[in-house]
Amino acid sequence: MMHVGAKRSLLGAILIAVVVSLLSAQFNRYYRDVAIDVAINIVLAVSLNLINGHTGQFSLGHAGFMAVGGYIAAKITLVFGVAAAAWSQPLIFLGALLTGGIVAALAGLAVGVPSLRLRGDYLAIVTLGFGEIIRVIFQTSETFGAATGLVAIPKWTTLGWGFGVAAITVYVVGSLVNSTYGRGFLAVHDDEIAAGAMGINPVRYKVTAFVVGAFFAGVAGGLFAHSKTTLSPTGFDFMKSIDIVVMVILGGMGNTVGVIIAAVLLTAVQEPLRALGPLRGIVFALIIIVLMMLRPQGLFSFGKKKGANA
Amino acid sequence: MHWLQQLVNGLALGSIYALIALGYTMVYGVLRFINFAHSDVLMLGAYSAFYLAPRMEAVFGPQSAVGTLFIIIAAAAICAVIGILIELLAYRPLRNRPKLTVLITAIGVSLFIEFTCQHGAVFGADTKAFPKLLPSRELHFAGIEMASNDLLVLVLTAVLLFAMWFIVQRTKIGMAIRAVSFNEKAAALMGVNVNRVISFTFGLGSALAAVAGIFYAMRAPGIEPLMGVQPGVRAFIAAVLGGIGNLPGAALGGLLLGVLETVAGGIPGVSIYRDGIAFAILILILIFRPAGLLGRAVIEKV
Amino acid sequence: MRKSTFLKGTFTLAAIAFTLGAFTACNKGGSSTEIIVGEFASLTGKEATFGGSSHEGTQLAIEQLNAAGGVLGKKFKLITEDNQTKAGESATVVNKLISKDGAVAILGEVASSRSLEAAPICQSNGVPMISPSSTNPKVTETGNFIFRVCFIDPFQGTVMANFATKTLKAKKVAVFTDVKSDYSKGLAKYFKEGFTKAGGQIVSELDFNGGDKDFKGQLTTIKGANPDAVFVPGYYTDAALICIQAKEIGLNVPLFGGDGWESDTLTKLGKEAVEGNYFSTHYAPDVATDLSKKFVADYQKRYNGKLPDAMAALGYDSAMLLADAMKRAGSTDGAKVRDALAATKDFPAVAGNITINEKRDAVKSAVILKVDGGKFKFVETVNP
Repeated sequence: MMHVGAKRSLLGAILIAVVVSLLSAQFNRYYRDVAIDVAINIVLAVSLNLINGHTGQFSLGHAGFMAVGGYIAAKITLVFGVAAAAWSQPLIFLGALLTGGIVAALAGLAVGVPSLRLRGDYLAIVTLGFGEIIRVIFQTSETFGAATGLVAIPKWTTLGWGFGVAAITVYVVGSLVNSTYGRGFLAVHDDEIAAGAMGINPVRYKVTAFVVGAFFAGVAGGLFAHSKTTLSPTGFDFMKSIDIVVMVILGGMGNTVGVIIAAVLLTAVQEPLRALGPLRGIVFALIIIVLMMLRPQGLFSFGKKKGANA
Repeated sequence: MHWLQQLVNGLALGSIYALIALGYTMVYGVLRFINFAHSDVLMLGAYSAFYLAPRMEAVFGPQSAVGTLFIIIAAAAICAVIGILIELLAYRPLRNRPKLTVLITAIGVSLFIEFTCQHGAVFGADTKAFPKLLPSRELHFAGIEMASNDLLVLVLTAVLLFAMWFIVQRTKIGMAIRAVSFNEKAAALMGVNVNRVISFTFGLGSALAAVAGIFYAMRAPGIEPLMGVQPGVRAFIAAVLGGIGNLPGAALGGLLLGVLETVAGGIPGVSIYRDGIAFAILILILIFRPAGLLGRAVIEKV
Repeated sequence: MRKSTFLKGTFTLAAIAFTLGAFTACNKGGSSTEIIVGEFASLTGKEATFGGSSHEGTQLAIEQLNAAGGVLGKKFKLITEDNQTKAGESATVVNKLISKDGAVAILGEVASSRSLEAAPICQSNGVPMISPSSTNPKVTETGNFIFRVCFIDPFQGTVMANFATKTLKAKKVAVFTDVKSDYSKGLAKYFKEGFTKAGGQIVSELDFNGGDKDFKGQLTTIKGANPDAVFVPGYYTDAALICIQAKEIGLNVPLFGGDGWESDTLTKLGKEAVEGNYFSTHYAPDVATDLSKKFVADYQKRYNGKLPDAMAALGYDSAMLLADAMKRAGSTDGAKVRDALAATKDFPAVAGNITINEKRDAVKSAVILKVDGGKFKFVETVNP
């Protein structure tokens, strides 16, 4: 019953997104781009939430998965999509996004496996390392433009695509965590050894979290590439991963609605923050510190115990 | 032929990594967490020296050895205080929180220091010219050219490493540090003032980082607020390589990493991947020998 | 997470979409009393002197133009955005300048990689963009709205290759490239082509990452290959450190580079180690044309006696050329300005007369400077 309601909400959300998108030619281009940024950040935050929040593994390399998805999708589009007939372009776009997501998921697998033995801060450093290695690979690979990156990617991401994917991400991650199977994520979060003793295979859950999280990050990367029209390896560095982590912390680890709101807030607030000039970074850092000291459960968790779901 | 030269270059670079790595490893030993802000203390050390140098010059004359010694000691003292303050204000209140909370806070502190220093009213984001603290001569021996400053760095690092070993192994506070890293609760029960030990550890590690920062600036005399990030990451990897929590391991890791990086940099075709080499080493070590070269594997008790 | 989450999620998404619908203010047209020109530059960060210099030049030009009454009866309003020398920022700020601030033209950037970020955005919006000193050919290849007032790297590479052969009399050269910069890679490539064509031999090729502080590993290998000179087509901070460390390991041959070296930070950081080294650039203040002399005088008056460098001169020229094109086009309409720019012939400019060729590049001479006594001294001009 809950699932029927969820499916209806999903379809409704996608429908609204597509309709608004079709009307969006009237919108101010700049604000429309900000809205697309919001959608992409929602996907990133919710997907990271699965790894960090629900399963309790600290990943500092999420931007790496985004990079993989973005570069692969952009390359496919540049090779096949630009010259293709207009009717086939949305299909090629979909294919490119999915391929990017799948390759990113494979990267997630590669990261997830070593993570099995590591806990907490060790894991954080390994994921950071992976994120950097991915960046270095793209920076040195001539196929992907090396230091220049890729340019002149067709601007195919619209509000419809952005929010459609966001809705699907929320649905998938939500369903996954809420199912009986999905209780396993929370069990692994709470106490891995106890979970193992109860017959839950922590390996499977940890790796699944990484793979699914990476997949959506990859798709987000593809959307990002087709919105900004240029990709540069330095745009996917540690700071980008931190940006996403802050959204998850702000929203409350494991709290899907909170994370969505946090993603919207943080994206929307970039523009007025820009006016602060050099103070922007300082304010950002202070937010992190104050948040961790005073309200580590996030701004939007109300009366929730550690490990309880949203 | 130039293998020997590369080795010497690498050791000079590696000794700087070793000094920084000691700080990471000591803090991890007593607190079991990675102090992300450590790399910024390095930067603060270099900037302290930058601002102290003109005053020292007025007293001792330019490029004097005595003046430089004073600068190093003063900068180390300043950064020791800063390190202790950071622990007191940002980490101590979170002592009993989950490790991840503290980790994120550490990241926040690091970013805060970096962004604040980049602001025009503080240091500014541009690269400043680090003054020449000591005259540098080119030394020739065994077919190798070495800057006298590099030799100085090697020697001073060796001295400091020995001093660290002495403090940790032969003094009372050193024993207290070892006790706390072994088992904090038991140490407290035995009458060790854990808070003081932790403060001392932070102060010591930060002092070392400051010295490393000055050495680093002597080799590459352009300082800017983000200068600590790269060597900081390398030093952390060195600490992990050697076995985090293990002091000789940190030193070994630092020297090893410095040599590997330098040698790799000198090979055409490989030099392009220099950035990635450090990270690749990190991942390999964590997959195949997470305890590090000299560390001991810790079994997680239920 | 129950049904409420899905509903909340949906509502949130829908709310966002509709709120944005409310911003139906159409894309901003130009203001009717001012000509809005957007500028993006690296005012802070690693290449801050580039952005700072070019901005000062541009600003001086705009101030002079406005003092003379502006163009087409309207005054200019310059909106400047800082990209902090960060990748990705240029795209964001140029987007803002065009769509939110309503800029009808864009001036920028010094560095090719950041120009490359912004160019597709200007092109797809039909907004003319003039880069003061991006030298990588790909910038103007982006499209017909993108122009530059400087030479391009195939020319610069050949200039330095010939300089190495003829003036430095170098037969063997090592090339040390910044692998993080397209400018560096492009310039290295053209240099290598030109040098081997002139009969020289490249004895060693190594890479570094812009921002690195330790180059001794690579420099030792370069030294082992016994070059007569080392070409370092990078940016000034790295170049200074490389010069210092080269001397420290006993690599005592001349080091030379391109216009990325042009900054007073080079001598401030490098001190004695950069003495006697050379680089090519667009402009030298001691070149004695009337226009240049007036520019230097005005610049020093405006900026407290500071001497303008090539970036400042080119920033000035790019703004002046834009104004001239608008005058010739009789309009600020993007397509008309573009056509006027493309038709530019012998426009008198501080850093040399500008004629825009069919690739939208300027056909200009290069000057070679030498570091002498902490200052840059003019050595020779090389014509295309």
